[in-house]
Amino acid sequence: MYLYDQYDQAMVDARVEEFRDQARRRLEGKLSEDQFKPLRLMNGLYLQLHAYMLRVAIPYGTLNGRQMRALADIAETYDRGYGHFTTRQNIQYNWIKLEDAADILADLAEVEMHAIQTSGNCIRNISSDHFAGAAADELVDPRPYAELLRQWSSFHPEFSYLPRKFKIAVIASETDRAAMKLHDIGIRIVSNSEGEPGAAFYVGGGMGRTPMIAPCIREFVPLDRLVTYAEACLRVYNRYGRRDNKYKARIKILVHELGAEEYTRQVEEEFAHLLEQGVEPPIAELDRIRTYFADPDFEDGPKSVDRSDPDFALWVERNTVRHKHDAYVSAVISLKPVGGIPGDASAEQMRLMADLAERYSFDELRVMHTQNIVLPHVRIADLHALWSALDEAGLGAPNLDTIEDIIACPGLDYCSLANARSIPVAQRISERFAAKGRTAELGELKLKISGCINACGHHHAGHIGILGVDRKGVENYQLLLGGSEAQDTALAKITGPGFDEDGIVDAVETAAEVYLREREDGERFLDTYRRIGMTPFKEALYG
Amino acid sequence: MADTGDSDIGGTSPDDVQLRFREDEPVGHAAVTVDAFLDQSNANAVRVEPGDDARELIPHLQRIALVEVNFPAFGDGRGYSSARILREAGYAGELRAVGDVLVDQLAYMRRCGFDAFAPDAALDPNDVEAALARWPHVYQEAADARQPIWAERHA
Ligand code: SF4
Repeated sequence: MYLYDQYDQAMVDARVEEFRDQARRRLEGKLSEDQFKPLRLMNGLYLQLHAYMLRVAIPYGTLNGRQMRALADIAETYDRGYGHFTTRQNIQYNWIKLEDAADILADLAEVEMHAIQTSGNCIRNISSDHFAGAAADELVDPRPYAELLRQWSSFHPEFSYLPRKFKIAVIASETDRAAMKLHDIGIRIVSNSEGEPGAAFYVGGGMGRTPMIAPCIREFVPLDRLVTYAEACLRVYNRYGRRDNKYKARIKILVHELGAEEYTRQVEEEFAHLLEQGVEPPIAELDRIRTYFADPDFEDGPKSVDRSDPDFALWVERNTVRHKHDAYVSAVISLKPVGGIPGDASAEQMRLMADLAERYSFDELRVMHTQNIVLPHVRIADLHALWSALDEAGLGAPNLDTIEDIIACPGLDYCSLANARSIPVAQRISERFAAKGRTAELGELKLKISGCINACGHHHAGHIGILGVDRKGVENYQLLLGGSEAQDTALAKITGPGFDEDGIVDAVETAAEVYLREREDGERFLDTYRRIGMTPFKEALYG
Repeated sequence: MADTGDSDIGGTSPDDVQLRFREDEPVGHAAVTVDAFLDQSNANAVRVEPGDDARELIPHLQRIALVEVNFPAFGDGRGYSSARILREAGYAGELRAVGDVLVDQLAYMRRCGFDAFAPDAALDPNDVEAALARWPHVYQEAADARQPIWAERHA
């Protein structure tokens, strides 16, 4: 994985000092809260319902054992002993004091980490495929391109006061595991007819209150023009994105209002101009970054496991994913124990995951946007030992991509924007299905919960989505069906009137029953929904 | 703001400029709006508002000695693009950031090509010094003379 050189380290250190100075000026009253707010946001510091929240960047979700241990230390020293992994492949701490923030950033800088641009109206932490470098189906490892863009977007002088936040995802396979088309810019590394690698740009996707799937605005940008093209996309947005209404300020609205064609025309014009300006790093820089992502030394070994222990067999079946080397798999550590808080991990669990990564996965971990952790390169021969250690620590839930593997935003338990709680609903649904033993029978079923229209829980992209709304001062939940964030990206549709907290748990069960009744051979929930449509579900829910 | 005696003009006077990184004599009169500038052929100082298209000035850069870019609110970042666009087009005159210009945005503004600052509220000189010395390196090519890190790495 990428390691800082003296330049990267100097920049992160300078940022810590800058923030320390800003926090001091705030505490001395030299900065108003209005002036301080965007500065603290660009260092990941939000004011929530009860305290400050700090969001730490995990660039493209990749980290090593030492970094994971530092995250555990921060949880213990400055928070309540746990952290929360998010849908942006980051980690959040919910109980932070402003006076501690600069010290935390300094601790992070010691392990080549930071909270730079994890919030605010700037280019955010760049996300990627959580199986990058391990997936059997990828063209190349997408992370060097994400790292190139991370450096370009860090402290960007022109694009730090954008109309709104800006999220970029980079992938390099047909299968989209990063919801790329639901980003402000989604980049897929592709190869053209001559076999040369380049980047397809999708611009103007997003969730929130106006969900949109990004159109492809250019099928092939040569790799030695990647930064220039991104710069052109951003400049058109910075100049013409709406600033009169924050709900219309994302780039998706600009692309929609101009039309993809006109937006593209303007980008191409800007691109032609910027090509003359020499903003592109040399290809040697991309080559330098690539060397950090070279394959570890994979060794041949057994290609199958002894499945005589049914619990182990179930975990292997559910939580391991094919690897490009046939003696390895990627193993998913579920942070979704039945009845638990999705994405939460204690300091102790983080340390264990760090140990296991060092022992079994070439010292690498990944954060998934589904709020789980991946050990990307595990020898099949080591799987049983790994599983035993996880199981003992309560991290062995065999529920990847099942109805227990719920994505939930922090909701009204923490978030000041929330209409309703998300976490208790997630807990009750996973408990309900686990108690009835129906999880395995239902197979792949992605359930996502947001506590308000901002959609941090990606409810639009759930096979089943739940959206918390406020109904005359009472928490109410809308049910949505049929979303997908994968290569067949689709937006979920609302079934009808909302439910109260008990009602929404029942409603999810009703929808699951319709699926079990109607499904044909090999169909997942989503496939059945697509075939039979909304009506049978509506009848069962409201009939 | 100095009284210019012309209600159509909202420009700053040299007296309002707190920081200037140029040697030449500042323009002694106020700037006109982009529309007014495009209408009258003798003006040499123009004020760009966030919604203006700085590219409209490009055919006339030779005769401009001062461009003021107004930041009515510091969070509106359009002025950064306006500045860079003018520098990229070869504009060499004074580029003055005016309005809600705060010390924490100064370093980025310098990188986008601003070489004079007329903030609504005076900046603390110590804070200015710290802000301008903050970044040991920069990651991007922009409108200043600094070498990006990638250029230093592959020098
Ligand atoms: S979706 Fe709404 S409630 Fe949930 S975290 Fe985002 S803003 Fe808060």
